[in-house]
Parts: sequence; structure tokens; C-alpha cells
Amino acid sequence: MTLAEVVLTVMFVGLVAYGLFGGADFGAGIWDLLAGGTRRGARQRELIEHSIAPVWEANHVWLIFVLVVLWTAFSGPFAAVVTTLYVPLTLAAFGMIARGAAFAFRKSTTTLGMRRALGAAFAFSSLATPYFLGAVVGGVASGRVPAGIAAGDVVTSWVNPTSALGGVLAVLVCAYLAAVFLCGDARREGAEDLVQQFRVRALGTAAVTGAVGIAGLFVLRADAPQLFDGLTGRAAPVVALSVVAGVAALVLLWLRRYAARAASGLAVTAILVGWAVAQYPYVLVPEVTIEEAAVGRSTLVAMLVALGAGAVVLVPSLVYLYVLFQRPPAQAPAHRGAG
Amino acid sequence: MDHLDVLADAAENLYPARMQMALSLGWHIVFACFGIAFPLITVVTEWRGHRRGDAALLGLARTWAKAMGILFAAGAVSGTLLSFEMGILWPGLMDRFGEVYGFPFVLEGFAFFIEAIFVGVYLFGWDRLSPRAHVLSAVPMIVSGMAGAFFVVAANAWMNNPTGFRLDAQGDVVDAQPWAAMFGPSTWPQVVHMLLAAYMVTGFTIASVYAVGMLRGGRERHSRLGLAIPLAFAVAVTPVQIGVGDWIANTVADNQPAKLAAMEGQYETTAGAPLSIGGWYSDGEMRWALEIPAGLSLLVHHDPDGVVLGLEEFPADELPPVNVVHLAFDTMVALGSALLLLAVWCGWAWWRRRRLPDSRWFLRAVAVSGVAAVVAMEAGWVVTEVGRQPWVVYGLLRTADAVSPAPGLWLGFYAVVAVYTVLTALTVYVLRRLAHRPGTPAPQEVDAEPPDRGTGQVALR
Repeated sequence: MTLAEVVLTVMFVGLVAYGLFGGADFGAGIWDLLAGGTRRGARQRELIEHSIAPVWEANHVWLIFVLVVLWTAFSGPFAAVVTTLYVPLTLAAFGMIARGAAFAFRKSTTTLGMRRALGAAFAFSSLATPYFLGAVVGGVASGRVPAGIAAGDVVTSWVNPTSALGGVLAVLVCAYLAAVFLCGDARREGAEDLVQQFRVRALGTAAVTGAVGIAGLFVLRADAPQLFDGLTGRAAPVVALSVVAGVAALVLLWLRRYAARAASGLAVTAILVGWAVAQYPYVLVPEVTIEEAAVGRSTLVAMLVALGAGAVVLVPSLVYLYVLFQRPPAQAPAHRGAG
Repeated sequence: MDHLDVLADAAENLYPARMQMALSLGWHIVFACFGIAFPLITVVTEWRGHRRGDAALLGLARTWAKAMGILFAAGAVSGTLLSFEMGILWPGLMDRFGEVYGFPFVLEGFAFFIEAIFVGVYLFGWDRLSPRAHVLSAVPMIVSGMAGAFFVVAANAWMNNPTGFRLDAQGDVVDAQPWAAMFGPSTWPQVVHMLLAAYMVTGFTIASVYAVGMLRGGRERHSRLGLAIPLAFAVAVTPVQIGVGDWIANTVADNQPAKLAAMEGQYETTAGAPLSIGGWYSDGEMRWALEIPAGLSLLVHHDPDGVVLGLEEFPADELPPVNVVHLAFDTMVALGSALLLLAVWCGWAWWRRRRLPDSRWFLRAVAVSGVAAVVAMEAGWVVTEVGRQPWVVYGLLRTADAVSPAPGLWLGFYAVVAVYTVLTALTVYVLRRLAHRPGTPAPQEVDAEPPDRGTGQVALR
């Protein structure tokens, strides 16, 4: 494995983490959107709020991590991708602002109209943002981003069959992950009715995602033959792993075994890895390879040192956050708001 | 699309792209200041509250922690937009210099990650951790906030004084040394200047909120503490900031003489150059300015006969817009000096009477100090950024050559204006609510009190 491939792999680990954790947070917002009327959806919304409040900012930083590694280590392709795909990326960034701000401020307000407006902004942006990010992936994976600044078509690079497939799959995967994770959170909070509701949603979303995935293969064969060849050729074992893990997750959910979380995470990871393997060794299909795209050796080395040292600090901190988050309050919140 | 079309788009994009970046950065930097300085002010208050068993201090710390959470959320989302804009608006910069210049942002990514985690831990852990563990949990937040400021300002300092690489005959970067690039001549003066500015902005702004409250009649103990603690931080760093200002001005004189000449509107290269205050520069002449003889030479060289390079030394197409830079610089210096006077006033009263002044005029001065500090800080960034023009990387890459030629890009500016207007209104609304109802939960808290029951609002949680 070359130095450039190591750095790209580390970036990809960040991308997978964003897909799993950030994706589940977006998915939670989608279920917030679909939770029903103000009163009927209240308990689901409360669970969603509890589940993502302390962690969404940290989960979101994975995306920043992916961006900064890309622009430092693969500056040329980064410039090509963000300029050609600037429209969906800007819309995704606005979606992130709307999602973050609306979620953050919703609970700090009490008037009904304000809460409704912020709740709607949170929910709709949770749906739109993964779509745009998935469309960006579709544009890159189908080879619609040529090398060079703003060299591709700023419209058809993301309004095309593969991008539409990428966007829809991203939304479905986020919703699926969120349903599975919320199932576990509801169980921890002892809300059996919510466990049941999210279990049904997880099963339903899984079925739809599987159907779209199969239909998607035909879309790719017509629209992105190189990606299709990669997925059905070199990446076939990874795609198969994703299918097996996905089916296992379904069975586990059906049996109410909550190892379903791990199986679901594996299935989603395998989808993303499958894309990477199918596209290898190209960063920009079909012209720029990893080695051509990477920057100088000293920057790559500095980057790996920084990533290693950063991980030593980051991983224990993240673990601490997630562990603490499982802990109930030590004291009754009697004197809250004393200030 | 042929080559001419691309050039036309780039020209059309340049001004809106600059405005979009200025708006995004100018908005974000205010929140970044609070991210840097607010944790320390809050946790010191909390720690003293625990030590003395003082409910008023703990209550203040709790309110501030919530405000910090709200400001952090707003800063985090606006920071995300910036990381997109770096590539979307300025691909020429990222494409050509990303491997040298991008590296501090990788480190900043980690710093921001740690900060986000521990802001969550600090707010979420309020009733879950022992007082000692809770105060300690703030340490990573404080350190990572400062480290993040270092990395971002180091990247900016690199744009002012690019180091740590060589260019080959085609102008391509070779032999990039990203660690060395982070420690160019401007890095330390800029970083220290920014860190102190963050404490001034945060300290004066929080104090001004309580000063306004006290002017309206609220003189309880918690109001007086809420004014005194942040003000003490701001007042302590203000005199230091004046000295650091001298340091950074000298760095600019050595490394970016055109910027310094623009800051002063100095056309001719002269010995014993005067310091021009105010005025308007046109056609190689500074009109209607108040001139302090030999002042500029004294400031820059610490010698009344020192030679200062004037604007005449540089080609016209390598000069920044002089009046913008000059007036922004004067604004920063004037407000900084006014804040220094306020600091001296506080220091004098403390020295003579062991307490802060409590006259209405003092409260009025503190009440406007927050706005003054923010405007001074923004003006300082205008000096840095506009003063570097027409370069994005000083002497190497013109801003006009770095902007994206993508069609329609300029529309993004209007969208960003709309988004930031809404975001600002929301942030102010929520902070005002927090000021009136301290029980208002922060974004990172989970088991918040339910909203008022019986009004149908509980269902919306």
C-alpha cells in the first residue's frame, strides 16, 4: 500500500464514521419529520431529541475531517469536485446549518409557532442534506467530475440517474440506521412501545432500501458502466458482504436481537467500501488515479503523523462521550436554573 | 465552454465571492471568540462557586454554560459553511497550495472535534459528574479552543507570509514542508493578537449585557458578579493587547510593506513619517488627516528618523484599496485605545478602593464596550484581509486568479446573506430568552425541563 493510499484509507474511515453516526443523526431527523402530528409524534420526537442532543455536533465533525484531509492531501481533485459540484454542496451546507441551528434552538424556545417552524426546518433539512451528499457521491462515482477547476457541468454532474440513486439511497440508509439505533435507545429508556414502532420502521426501511439497491444496479449498468463493472467485478465480495450483513440485520431485528445494530453498521460500511473498491484506483473516474492526485511526500507523512497523534487524543474522548451519555443524572434536577 | 467564457465568469464571481467570504468569516469570527474565551471565564466562575459554596457564582456559571452551548452550536454550523466555501469559492488557492496551506486545518479538525466532544461533556455532565470532574472536563475544551485558534490563524498568517515550500519553474509547489509553513514570521504575533482579542470581545460583551441590566435597575449580587468577572478578564488583557499591536505592526512593516503603507495612507517613502489619523486618501495624497509628526516612524522603527516605505514604491495593481484599510486600522486603534481607558479606569478604582466604579457613566461605558470590542476586532480583520489584496497568497497568487469560474456562483452570495440573517435573528432570540429565563436549556442538554404544560406545547418536544 502506498503512502497516498494509506492517507486516503484514513480519510475513508472518517467518511464511514460520518456515514454511520452523522447518517443516523440525519435519519433521526427524517423520523422526526414522519412522526405524525404534534401530539401523536411527541414521544418519538422526545426520544429522537434525547438520542442525538449530546452527540450530533461531535458526529458532524467527521465531515469536516474528511474535507480537510481531502483538500490537503488530494488538493487537485478536491478543487475539481467542489467546483463542479458546488450547487449540491452549497445546498448540503445550508441544510447542515438549518438542521444544526433548528435542532439546537428548537428546545430553547417555547412558543408553539416558533417550535413548529424550527421543527419543520430540522426535519426537512435532515431529509434534503443526505440527498445532496448522496448526489455528490453519485456524480463522482459515475465519472462526471473531470479534472480541472469547474471543468464539469454544474447541473448534469448532480442531476443524473446515478446521482438520484445515490441521493435516494443515502436518505434510505440514514433513515434505516436511525431506526435501528433509536430502537436500542428506546429499549434503554424502557419505552417498549417506541421499541416496537422503530423496529417496524427499521424492517420497512430495510425492505425498501434493498429493493432500491437491486433496481439501482440496472440504473448503474445503463448510466455508469465503469462503476457497475467494478461493483459486480472486483468489489463483488464486498457487495455480497453488504447483502449478507443486511439480511442478517433483518433477521436479528425480526427476532428482536439487538446485535442488529452491529450487523446494520457492517452492511452500510460494506456499501461504502464497495464503492471505494469499485472505483479503485481512480479518484476521479476515469482519468485521475490516487497516485496522480496525491500531493508531495512530506505533506503525506506530516498528515499521517498528525492523524496518528490526533487519533490518540480523539478516540478516548469519543469513547468517554458515548459512555458518559449512557449515564443517568447523579442528582435530581431540583436546583436547575438557579442562575 | 471556451476559455473567454471562463474568464468572464471568474470576473463576475470575484466580487460576490469576496463578499460572501467576508460575510461568512466576519460572522463566524465573533462566535469563534466566544468559543476560545467563554469556557475559561465560565469554568473559573464555576470553580470559585464550588470552592466558596456560592450559589450566585454557580448560577452564573450555569447560565453562561448554556449561552456557551448556544454560541457553540451557531459557531459550529457557520464553521461548516466556511470549510465548504474554502474550496467552492477559492479552488485556485486549494488546488495550488492545499498541500502547504491545508495542513493546519487538519489539525484544526482535531481541535474542533475535541472541543465539540467536551462542550457536549461539559453541558451534559452538569448534574452527572462530581464538581471536580466537571471542572476538569472543561480543560480539554479550553485547550482545544485555543489550539484551534492557533491553527486557523497560522493558516491565515501563511497567506500573509507564505513559507515552507519552493516553487519550480512552472510555479508549481515542490518540497512542501507543512510543519515549517505553520510557523512563518506572522504566525505568533497574529495568534497572540487574536487570542487576546477573543478575551476582550468575550469579556467586554458579557460584561456589557450585565451593565445594561444594571442600568435598568437590576443591582443584585449576581448582576454585579456577572459584570465584574468577565470584565476582569477583558481589562487584564487589554494593556497587553496594545503591546502586541506594536509587535504585529512591526511584523507587517517588515514583511508586507505595501499593507503598512495602506494602513497609514503613506504615499511617499520618507524618513520621519507622520502618523495620519483619519482623513481620506486620493491621488497620492492624504487629505484632512490629523498628523502626528514622526509618529509612524516612531511606531514602526521606534526611531523618529526611521524610513517608512510609501505606496509609491509599489505598482498600482499591487496595492490594496487604501481608504478601506486605513480607516479600518484607525477604527481598530481608536476603539482599542478607548477600551484601554476603560481598563485604566477599572484598574484605578480597584487600586484605590478595592471595588469597581458603580456610577451610571461607568455602567454606560461598560455597556458599549462589548460592541466596541467586536467592531475593533472586525476592523482588525479588515486590515489583515483587505490589506493583503490584491493577493490571496501574498506576492504569489492573486485573489482574482483563485476564484472559481463556475457559472452562477455569484448567486450564492445572496443565499448566504439570507441564511445568515435568519441565523443571526434566531441566535439573538434564543440568547435573549436565556437572559430572561435562565431555565432555558442549551442545545447539548438532554433532560431539559418540559415547556409549559397545559398550553399544548408539551407535545412538541
